[in-house]
Amino acid sequence: MRAINLSYTSREQVEVYRFSWPVSIGLPLLLVGLQAFMPVRLPFFRIFDFGLLLTIFFAVSRRSQVSGLLTGAAIGLLQDCLTHTPFGVFGIAKTLVGYGASSIGIRIDVENPGSRFLLTFFFYGVHMAVFLAIERELMGQSVHINLGHEAGVAVANSLMAVFLFALLNRFKIRD
Amino acid sequence: MNLFSRHKNTVVLAMVLLAQLLALAVQVKRQTAEGPVRVIRLVAVTTLAPFERALIYSGESVRGIWNNYLDLRDVRKENLRLKADSERMRLDRAREQEDARQARRIQALLAFKEQWIDATVAAQVIGTSGSETSRLLYLDKGAQDGIKADMAVITPDGVAGKVLTVYGDHTSQVLLINDPSSGVGATLVNSRLQGIVKGTSTGEVTLNYIMGDESVQPGEALVTSGGDRVFPRGLPIGTVVKVSMGRNLFFDIKLKPAVDLNRLEEVLVITSQKPRGPDTAGLGPIRAADILAQHLPGVPQTGAPQTPAPQTGVPQAGAKQTAPAVAPQATPGGQPAAKPVAPRSPAQNAVPAKPQATKPVASEGTRPQ
Repeated sequence: MRAINLSYTSREQVEVYRFSWPVSIGLPLLLVGLQAFMPVRLPFFRIFDFGLLLTIFFAVSRRSQVSGLLTGAAIGLLQDCLTHTPFGVFGIAKTLVGYGASSIGIRIDVENPGSRFLLTFFFYGVHMAVFLAIERELMGQSVHINLGHEAGVAVANSLMAVFLFALLNRFKIRD
Repeated sequence: MNLFSRHKNTVVLAMVLLAQLLALAVQVKRQTAEGPVRVIRLVAVTTLAPFERALIYSGESVRGIWNNYLDLRDVRKENLRLKADSERMRLDRAREQEDARQARRIQALLAFKEQWIDATVAAQVIGTSGSETSRLLYLDKGAQDGIKADMAVITPDGVAGKVLTVYGDHTSQVLLINDPSSGVGATLVNSRLQGIVKGTSTGEVTLNYIMGDESVQPGEALVTSGGDRVFPRGLPIGTVVKVSMGRNLFFDIKLKPAVDLNRLEEVLVITSQKPRGPDTAGLGPIRAADILAQHLPGVPQTGAPQTPAPQTGVPQAGAKQTAPAVAPQATPGGQPAAKPVAPRSPAQNAVPAKPQATKPVASEGTRPQ
């Protein structure tokens, strides 16, 4: 059984992956579209943020900060398009998540389910914190959150990430 | 070697082009039938909507085949249940018809006019915002079906939301009542207090601006007040589930929406409302006296000859309206035998006479119903 390797000593030890263009463009469109469609039939699907999961997955796989933040920005803006809030709310939050996830991806092993679960849980919190900061400080909205509910949603997204990342590993191309 | 350094020139070019395109799309608003819409939103919605529509329709087809099979089973049992329901509803309907007739008579007396639902368009929900913080739906009907911004969206259970934006001929965006930016004028059914129903960031529905010194009980129903000029008056919104003291002297009132906002698949968009008075056809004469006569205690009928009542529905200026001379008489079976008769002059009332028999009094003002 593979041991959990929590840290690397050099950049060379880290495996860097890339993705084909159809995957890089088609996958976010497909999953964000699915996220918009599924709650019509399965309301509980509303809790999953596939945009966030994809941002983290691409960021930790490519392990490039520029690539991570651009991917996050693109996915965030795509999600912004489907809401009625100003552009940039999800864009900014996911840009920061993309940057942070790729930075962490360089330093620690993110290939095992445990670290993927913790990573997603952590970045869900970061995403929510940035989102709240934008809503409250920049937009002046009075946003209230239910911490218990958000913790549950974070766990659900983290579990989904474990399965989704395993599935998406098939699209990785070793650089 | 990462993607950026391998395709540096291409990536930089793509970034610059993308940034400019985004900036342009965000700034530029395209004029649609329903006003200006940002190009980036228009492109995103028109790109995703056909896929969502295709998914919905293919799912519907598969589900339809399966449901047809399932429906065949248990059909006998369901038929019996529906027959029983039908009988019960027939009785309810008879009672309600009488109440409605009376309400229309009162409305006619008051020259009451309200917004009536004139036309609706049924629409299928094809998508959501995909976010817990933005409570939106996308419908498969748009400008071609007469959908416009600010039209009310309802279901047979009650109010769901309003049309926010129309994206082209076949897609529109609906803001649900549990979104924080929504607002619906509402009236509490029992206390007649008025407030504004708004959503919260957690997707709950609350009633706002009810003073803390008022009396509001959990379980009280809430309907639209019509004051927002979007929703017609009297549509169910929900019921009060929790009342607590909030900030600024107002109650913090949580509601259970009449519509399950998380499971909307088909909705009705109200495309036309018309101001209309009540339909008074077949109601008989409309006078305050007739209506009061059904509620005031009966006075024994005198045997004086009846004066035919005027046909007009509105009391004439200068004419004295008196309390009704006769209230419905009861038969031994407990059924009203006669409708109230026309009001009589004080002089007529002054004439002593024998009590009236249970035979209906024939006059213009007492058309049997």
